Amino acid sequence: MSIRKTLVRLALTAAAGVLTLPAGAEESGWAQLNMPRGVTDISRKIYALHMEIFWICVAIGVVVFGAMIWSLIIYRKSKGAVADTTMVHNTQVEIVWTVIPVIILVVMAVPAARTLIEIEDTTKTGLNIKVTGFQWGWEYEYLDEGVTYFSHLDRASDAARELGSGVDPTTVPHYLLNVDHPLVVPNGVKVRLLITGADVIHSWWVKDLGVKKDAIPGFVNEAWFKVDDGWTGLLRGNCAELCGRDHGFMPIVVDVRSKADFDTWLKSTAAEQKQAAAPAASAATTTTASG
Amino acid sequence: MAEPQAHAAAHADEHDHKPHGWRRWVYATNHKDIGTMYLVFACTMFFIGGAMAMVIRLELFKPGLQFVDPQFFNSMTTMHALIMIFGAVMPGWTGLANWMIPMQVGAPDMALPRLNNFSFWILPFAFTLLISSLFVPGGAPAGGWTMYPPLILQTGASFPMLIFAVHLMGASSILGAINVVVTIMNMRAPGMTLLRMPLFVWSWLITAYLLIAVMPVLAGAVTMLLTDHFFGTTFFTAAGGGDPVMFQHIFWFFGHPEVYILILPAFGIVSEIIPTFSRKPLFGYETMVYAVASIAFLSFIVWAHHMFTVGMPLAAQLFFMLSTMLIAVPTGVKVFNWTATMWKGSLSFEPPMLFALAFLFLFTIGGFSGLMLAMVPADYQYQDTYFVVAHFHYVLVPGAIFAMMAGVYYWLPKWTGRMYDQKLATWHFWLSTIFVNVLFFPQHFLGLAGMPRRIPDYAVQFTDWNMVSSIGAFGFGLSQLLFPYIIIKCIRAGQPIGNRAWEGAHGLEWELPSPPPYHSWTTPPSDAVIARGAAH
Repeated sequence: MSIRKTLVRLALTAAAGVLTLPAGAEESGWAQLNMPRGVTDISRKIYALHMEIFWICVAIGVVVFGAMIWSLIIYRKSKGAVADTTMVHNTQVEIVWTVIPVIILVVMAVPAARTLIEIEDTTKTGLNIKVTGFQWGWEYEYLDEGVTYFSHLDRASDAARELGSGVDPTTVPHYLLNVDHPLVVPNGVKVRLLITGADVIHSWWVKDLGVKKDAIPGFVNEAWFKVDDGWTGLLRGNCAELCGRDHGFMPIVVDVRSKADFDTWLKSTAAEQKQAAAPAASAATTTTASG
Repeated sequence: MAEPQAHAAAHADEHDHKPHGWRRWVYATNHKDIGTMYLVFACTMFFIGGAMAMVIRLELFKPGLQFVDPQFFNSMTTMHALIMIFGAVMPGWTGLANWMIPMQVGAPDMALPRLNNFSFWILPFAFTLLISSLFVPGGAPAGGWTMYPPLILQTGASFPMLIFAVHLMGASSILGAINVVVTIMNMRAPGMTLLRMPLFVWSWLITAYLLIAVMPVLAGAVTMLLTDHFFGTTFFTAAGGGDPVMFQHIFWFFGHPEVYILILPAFGIVSEIIPTFSRKPLFGYETMVYAVASIAFLSFIVWAHHMFTVGMPLAAQLFFMLSTMLIAVPTGVKVFNWTATMWKGSLSFEPPMLFALAFLFLFTIGGFSGLMLAMVPADYQYQDTYFVVAHFHYVLVPGAIFAMMAGVYYWLPKWTGRMYDQKLATWHFWLSTIFVNVLFFPQHFLGLAGMPRRIPDYAVQFTDWNMVSSIGAFGFGLSQLLFPYIIIKCIRAGQPIGNRAWEGAHGLEWELPSPPPYHSWTTPPSDAVIARGAAH
């Protein structure tokens, strides 16, 4: 079989292999190849944009690497090739291979800009949550609902990750991706996050939501997401900005519930927190009265 | 035509009163000696930075913490980057500039020889300071080579050492760049017009302007960090009316041109090696010059693509997305022109060509991931993950480092007058190329699958590709030991060769003897000699 045929077959097999790229399976290590499609409209648009630019790069690569490999095989001195030293410039060809990339880029810029404009629209939100990153965990405050709590790396992971702990990470459920108090949100509702930092810059990132925003001390950044109607479950994320010793140990877990379940949870948590604050308040007044 | 030059060369050696022993090196003003010192320094730093990378990949071999404290791990990532960027790549390019620019333009030496000496000798002091920070209370800086406040302001006793070392390295680069510009603009032999210069000289001319423009910006940024830390200013503290994001803008205004500083000399070297081993002139010489100049210009207006998640206004994100995509065009043109140089050539595959070809392939892959990173919504998923780590290591390791090794393998016979063991160098090439891909390609998958960067431990689903990457690291690291071995073996016992070490080589350096006299081109080359060596 000629070299050309072999190369074409190789390229097709590689392409076929790549086409079957799964979108972020959670189970086996070898299947960890690609970005997840996620559970929101935006995350799916991001995934589509990512795959579009990826395939364009593959196409350009096939052409360019093909030309390189062709030269390496055919134009060898050892095979008797004689150099065509008159081939030193060609203005026409240069214009073509400048203009075509520009056109490709313009074509790519349009969906990218559209998605970006959609992401930046933080109006008409149904729920506002303030997210504060600190060294080393997250604080969530459901604004005007009376619910605030901290979210830390869960105890089992925390014990296992100590230097020389002797604990096998594979025995810890969701090692380094588990927290004590997840962020609880409803599906089907546009949730707005107001993100800030308490000490150094952190970054709140949940890949299945397609959201990543820096948590900067002194500033409030906005981000939003709307989980698909009817989808419930746990989503896991990470801090995405170096923030000191335990940067790798302050994960994020989002507990997505139905609107009804969420409302129930919010009411009961608010009541719990109010009650927890009340005895302390009445104790304080008693002390003040007697003291 | 050869006789007067050879006679002058022999004569120069007779009158050569160069000092011997340690004075030759400490008081060096000769561009060849200074070039050698830069290269030896760069090689040493490459192995020190490389050892830190081995510590990183050792800890990341399996999930769980087995070897180092997370704080020390962060110091390793910080120091690895600082040492590789400022200690290995930049001094390596300066060493090649020192050796080659005077010979390639027909000048007897660099324009400012004593400044040249000073520029070099700053570096061992700067890096002794930086590396000794590992041993002070609090350990080495651990806030990333990007030094973002407020985190970097939590650094302990090593903080002033970091800032001072950065200032020293910056001063060295600025002074070296000034020397390069003055040499190229003033000391070219008559007849060596700008558009006859080799691409390596052009790329260094443009790199030097970038250095002069942006190193002072870095100096300003780190000085503001210093005053914030010690003198009560609040440039980067919101509580005092300052802005942590302003640091990022200032840093990346330096940082983006900096990465082009790291790669443009590589473009120059590859633009000389590919024509030599294709036995064909570089395709589109002028276009290649304009492409380097456009890349350098555009590099000033893309900086915020390192900051897409900080909360910039929509208009700013759109602008930087478009400008970043635009910079792919001249870069792509260069790749096409290198390919066109090979097309219908007569190729042979000696070690310099092998490394240059690996550069061509693998830098292009790095370029593709860079284009993907430019798409802002997609970047929200890539930013601060191993996808970025994969991208910049592809453009820096099989990019800059391979091109530097290609340059050394290309010009080593000229410097030493001896041919090195090409079979061993070919082994070095194959081991390096295979392991560099085993090391960095899986990191694309890790980033896409959700692994953040700068973490010492990870969730168990990332185990398999991390293990592969670490094996690649150990293989790559070990293979690099061949490089100094080959060089030392060449110096000691390589086969003597003549002026034109490579059949298809053109350029003034190949008109000189191998090794060239201590003072070369004391009489400028004639126009006929220049024409024979002209790049096109």
